[in-house]
Amino acid sequence: MLRHFRASFVILLLMTVLLGLAYPLAMTGAARALFPAQAAGSLIERDGKVVGSALIGQNFADDRYFQGRPSATTDTDPKDPTKTVPAPYNAANSAGSNLGPTSKALVDRVKEDVERLGGAANKPVPGDLVTTSGSGLDPHISPAAAAWQVARVAKARNLPEAEVQKLVAQHTMGRELGVLGESRVNVLKLNLALDALPKR
Amino acid sequence: MTFNGWVQIALFVAVLLVLTRPLGGYLSRVLGGERTLLSPVLVPVERGFYRLAGVDPNEDQSWWVYCRAMLVFHVVAYVFLYLLLRLQNILPFNPQDMAAVSPDLSFNTAISFLTNTNWQSYGGESTMSYLSQMTGLAVQNFLSAATGIALAMALIRGFARANAKGIGNFWADLVRITLYVLLPFCIVLTLFYVWQGVPQNLGAYVEATTLEGAKQTIAQGPVASQLSIKMLGTNGGGFFNANSAHPYENPTALSNLVQMLSIFVIGAAMTNVFGRAIGAERQGWAILAAMSVLFMAGVVVAYWAEAGGNPALAAVGMDNALGNMEGKEVRFGVSLSALFAVITTAASCGAVNAMLDSFMPLGGMVPLVNMLLGEIIIGGVGAGFYGILLFAILAIFLAGLMVGRTPEYVGKKIEARDVKFTMLAILCLPLAILGFTALAVVLPAGLAGPANAGPHGFSEIFYAFTSAAANNGSAFGGLTANTIFYNTTLGVTMIVGRVAIIVPMLAVAGSLAAKRKSAVSLGTFPTDGPLFVGLLVGAILIVGGLTFLPALALGPIAEHFAMLAGTLF
Repeated sequence: MLRHFRASFVILLLMTVLLGLAYPLAMTGAARALFPAQAAGSLIERDGKVVGSALIGQNFADDRYFQGRPSATTDTDPKDPTKTVPAPYNAANSAGSNLGPTSKALVDRVKEDVERLGGAANKPVPGDLVTTSGSGLDPHISPAAAAWQVARVAKARNLPEAEVQKLVAQHTMGRELGVLGESRVNVLKLNLALDALPKR
Repeated sequence: MTFNGWVQIALFVAVLLVLTRPLGGYLSRVLGGERTLLSPVLVPVERGFYRLAGVDPNEDQSWWVYCRAMLVFHVVAYVFLYLLLRLQNILPFNPQDMAAVSPDLSFNTAISFLTNTNWQSYGGESTMSYLSQMTGLAVQNFLSAATGIALAMALIRGFARANAKGIGNFWADLVRITLYVLLPFCIVLTLFYVWQGVPQNLGAYVEATTLEGAKQTIAQGPVASQLSIKMLGTNGGGFFNANSAHPYENPTALSNLVQMLSIFVIGAAMTNVFGRAIGAERQGWAILAAMSVLFMAGVVVAYWAEAGGNPALAAVGMDNALGNMEGKEVRFGVSLSALFAVITTAASCGAVNAMLDSFMPLGGMVPLVNMLLGEIIIGGVGAGFYGILLFAILAIFLAGLMVGRTPEYVGKKIEARDVKFTMLAILCLPLAILGFTALAVVLPAGLAGPANAGPHGFSEIFYAFTSAAANNGSAFGGLTANTIFYNTTLGVTMIVGRVAIIVPMLAVAGSLAAKRKSAVSLGTFPTDGPLFVGLLVGAILIVGGLTFLPALALGPIAEHFAMLAGTLF
């Protein structure tokens, strides 16, 4: 029995050094050398300041911006650390709503968002625009969800709809390798492109 | 359901089948101690391990010695991991100043990662230091996976050997699998994931200023190196709380495909290792065929349920064309989310790329059923394979009863002692699941857990204990599980789910190895044809159905009919 303990100690120790330190640290070095941008989190800078990550969605409420999907992430309540408060797109605490399909809270929330976005029973809102994502950080919306917002954004920015539409088309990515995943629009990149349009 | 959705599912299955045989060959060579491409580099390392540990890799251990070595290793690893979590606040690699993990959560988490469950009562980015993730959790991801494969190999040796005393050497199996299979594969996978966008750094969380001027704190970390073993070892514990739904942990549909393949590939290859070991690869393919029948049935139901969307939301003005998108990511859509959910619970992975709690009632029932059947559809690395072999023993025993002849499987007589141990392993699972679920729904501490009301709340509790007993680790995440009640009961359930299967299974392995091999005769029931596949699937469904149908009727089935009637909770 004692020899099993010795073997266990030694093998666990060696494995911890190899798999717990050497492996991740070597991988960190290799990743930084080969793919520096991705290894650091695919950050996007504007005028030398980090404005977000290409992979992480952020909260947009202004009519001048395309909005992402609702987000169910939360943060600790500053007044009471045992409670949480809603904090959409909190990228330090990813989470979904975990509301079940027969949840009244889910139906009420969707109903409210549909009305806010100007949808109705005969003019239904694209599904992804009123449902929360699994991570609460989904950087994408469907092309239909982008199309739904074109008129609003164009009006708020005083731009012709066709120009906004063109920008959306440029930022619409098809399926990977033609078959994998779904078509989608990266909201942050689209909004950065909107901001970069020449002022008029 | 779309044509493109089915193309993606077919693509996944095709790539998996192509990989099964070559990987089976490689695993066979590694586990047989033969030379491989990596031997020139790894043989000296391997020898160093044995010398320092004082073990003789050529010692052939009896099942009881093998079992003891494995259990002692678990005890030592548990103590180490528990202390690491309790002390993370004063140890290095903690740029976010994470506090020490509470005693009950440390107990639960240490058990969870040791048993290859990776149930997480915590959110990674808000609880764990980088040191805990790297040297604690990720190391156990490797070792618990290697243990699973080693145990499956021990059982395979039981079938392959004749008149033998031993079933292999635990230390040699553990070290070889880790060095020759898991580590090299993970190095390649890590670089692939980084290329796709998964971060790999040790920096503090990034402070960004959003376009609207708000502050956004973006969690970072050595994600890719942990992600690769999390999938390949069917561990499933996410670096981040949202697991593989997090865009950092699964940025693209391509990374998603590779993650899904990683979950299944070793489990599928084990069927080929079995076939090679007993000298009839067809026997391995027959097992894989039975697994595939159950797998495809699950995929069809889950995809159909999710693609249909939620009628309650269509009624308030939402377009259901994309299907049920609550809890899902746009880049994956319903097809890849449903497929991932079926894969992760068919194997004992438990990683998720969409929140299962928000699946449709029947869509969420498929993962539940996959686990209730014992995770024998491909299954966890190793664990799934010894699981299905136990069912094969049971199926062949039932067939023997029907025709009144001593049952035989791949040349080994299945006798009373083997069947008793097999039934012991098969019955422990429902005992833990149903017993603890019943306890949780009568105690206030248990009823405080669910976030949803009505039958869905029951499903959340039922799912948690199923996931723990099956060593899966996925969750209906609405359940508040980080409480003393759930941390403790789920921890105990995870131990039962691992040990109560492993020990009887090793006893069967030892008993089989000692038997002589009987020659194939005209009277031998062929176990490589469709009749046996049908019998095996039947045995699995009958055992699972008889045990769990009442509980399923109270949860997802009741919810489905409530939904059709327009009831909300």
